[in-house]
Amino acid sequence: METVMAHPFAKYLREAMMPHIWCSGCGNGIILNCFVQAVDELQMDLNKLVVVSGIGCIGRAAGYVNTNSFHTTHGRPIAFATGIKLANPELEVVIISGDGDLFAIGGNHFIHAARRNIGIKVICANNFNYGMTGGQQGPTTPVEALTTTTPYGNIEHPFNLVHLAAASGATYVARWTTLHVRRLTQSIKKLLQKEGFGFIEVVSPCPEIFGRYNKMRTGLEMMEWFRKVSAIENFSDPAKAEITPERIVVGEFVDIAKISYEKLIHEKIAEINEKKMQW
Amino acid sequence: MNQKRVILEGSHFMNGDIACAEGAIAAGCRFFAGYPITPATEIAEHLAQRMLEVGGIYVQMEDEIASMAAVIGASYAGLKAMTATSGPGFSLMQENIGLAVMTEAPCVIVDVMRGGPSTGQPTLPGQQDVMQAKWGSHGDYEIIALAPSSVQEMFNLTIEAFNLSETYRVPAIVLADEVVGHMWEKVAIPPAQKIKIVNRKKANAPSEAYAPFMPDDDLVPPMACFGEGYSFHATGLTHDEHGYPQTSSSEVQQKLVKRLCDKIRKNADKIVRVEEVLLSDADIVVVAYGIVARAALSAVRKARAEGIKAGLLRPITLWPFPENHVAKIAQQTKAIVVPEMNCGQLVREVERAAKETPVTFLSKLGEEPHTPMEIFEAIRRNS
Repeated sequence: METVMAHPFAKYLREAMMPHIWCSGCGNGIILNCFVQAVDELQMDLNKLVVVSGIGCIGRAAGYVNTNSFHTTHGRPIAFATGIKLANPELEVVIISGDGDLFAIGGNHFIHAARRNIGIKVICANNFNYGMTGGQQGPTTPVEALTTTTPYGNIEHPFNLVHLAAASGATYVARWTTLHVRRLTQSIKKLLQKEGFGFIEVVSPCPEIFGRYNKMRTGLEMMEWFRKVSAIENFSDPAKAEITPERIVVGEFVDIAKISYEKLIHEKIAEINEKKMQW
Repeated sequence: MNQKRVILEGSHFMNGDIACAEGAIAAGCRFFAGYPITPATEIAEHLAQRMLEVGGIYVQMEDEIASMAAVIGASYAGLKAMTATSGPGFSLMQENIGLAVMTEAPCVIVDVMRGGPSTGQPTLPGQQDVMQAKWGSHGDYEIIALAPSSVQEMFNLTIEAFNLSETYRVPAIVLADEVVGHMWEKVAIPPAQKIKIVNRKKANAPSEAYAPFMPDDDLVPPMACFGEGYSFHATGLTHDEHGYPQTSSSEVQQKLVKRLCDKIRKNADKIVRVEEVLLSDADIVVVAYGIVARAALSAVRKARAEGIKAGLLRPITLWPFPENHVAKIAQQTKAIVVPEMNCGQLVREVERAAKETPVTFLSKLGEEPHTPMEIFEAIRRNS
């Protein structure tokens, strides 16, 4: 019997970039795996795929995938991706980045890209803290959670990311945890086929950093938390989907049709030039 | 399509901001991302109309940080891309200008300078961003900055900025001032085929062999764009020729950062442009740029009429600084006068290059630029 040594997804990864930087028990590998699986199932043209990321642990994902990829400045992948998508609408532009990158320093870009309905897809790994810099409080850190900068417990209210995305105008909004591997993969497939701005939040374990301070020291313990408290409720009210220690609502929240910015601008260009020909 | 209307040609009466916008279109710019700010807003307004007429993209972003990011993205997707701003927005762009330097993204940034610091005096001219243009982003790098003195030059130097940016894969800055931006003058636009246009070197290696940051002999790597069949990674992290991050290698850091500096430093002779007026026998030389150089020229002519051997050296390229030109005239002249609309910025470079030759600085802040008489008086005092 012939032994095949190569991983079936090896072609999607840059071998030269390995080993990756992620800790054991981290959810980023699961997210990357689901993304690659979705790309594979859709048989996407890798030449037309651009993966963009910001700064943070998951930000390294852009370098790991064997497609066109750009690792931008902290917080700016959405703005950068907007330029790519408008300059060449044939490209599929996917942002894989973290909660701090996308919603603290980059929050303004997120809401405006969703409002404009630029046809870019955002996958956010939400690990509740800044992992790469050693576990500081971020825009998704739960109330009372311990981090290196909230040693007495967090007093800030976290963003409810799916509510923010829905309110800002995203055409597709979903939330999964890294426990929901098959559903996440199918959801990414759907995201990649949507017109306009789409968003998936992936609640992801960070046992080495976030978990260490919050009594969940292993990936397994964090996944156990997800298993216990997550409930699949498709198309429930995103306003009521706040993540609490007792409850994580997952599923699709928004799936609507809306013409994208890039389509509208190219329609305008065609219209203007048609008028000119009539003169 | 009515091509004649799409690309302007012939003589036109316009302001500097509009000339800059038309220069961008003539240079082949097909992407503009920006955010309104006095006194550069007219560039965005004009391109909001004109970009779509030429099949290009105009997008108003949520801020200047996003504008600069979008410009880099568009550049990597294959379009010539530009943004335009003034001091406060220029400050916000600095981090991403560093990203453009590091990832060698050709792009043009127009900064129509007003009075600073902070919100300062939005409607008054300034030349206070000269050092920011060179040193504004963190880390060591070299950049190109051009200073137009007229509306015609707003058109010409915007094209030049694109050409240099495409040649060296470096951000090029058009460092204008409020007067040049808002002043109305005649602009002569030659037929498109007579305008020199430079496009970036395209990648020609087979995709498996392509190393995105492997330079040619001129220290500039050929550029593949997303979607052209090359799968590659670009990052703001220190990276090797393949684009892969190397965050703990001193060898890669030295090689990369030195090359990013050297591709400009070693090509400075080809990049630097100055205007020299009456220098051959000059006892006293005015070094001035932007709108101030116009007053300086009048002052030099008046001095000549009164028997003072004055001359003008006008740096058109502020960065790289024309230090050889300044060093040369410093050896043959008795004194140098530098009028600037700031508290002393380019004068530091002039002093450094002039060595022993005395340099007099003439500051102007918070009002219209220097008058010819003010500069003439300085010439007379120092001659």
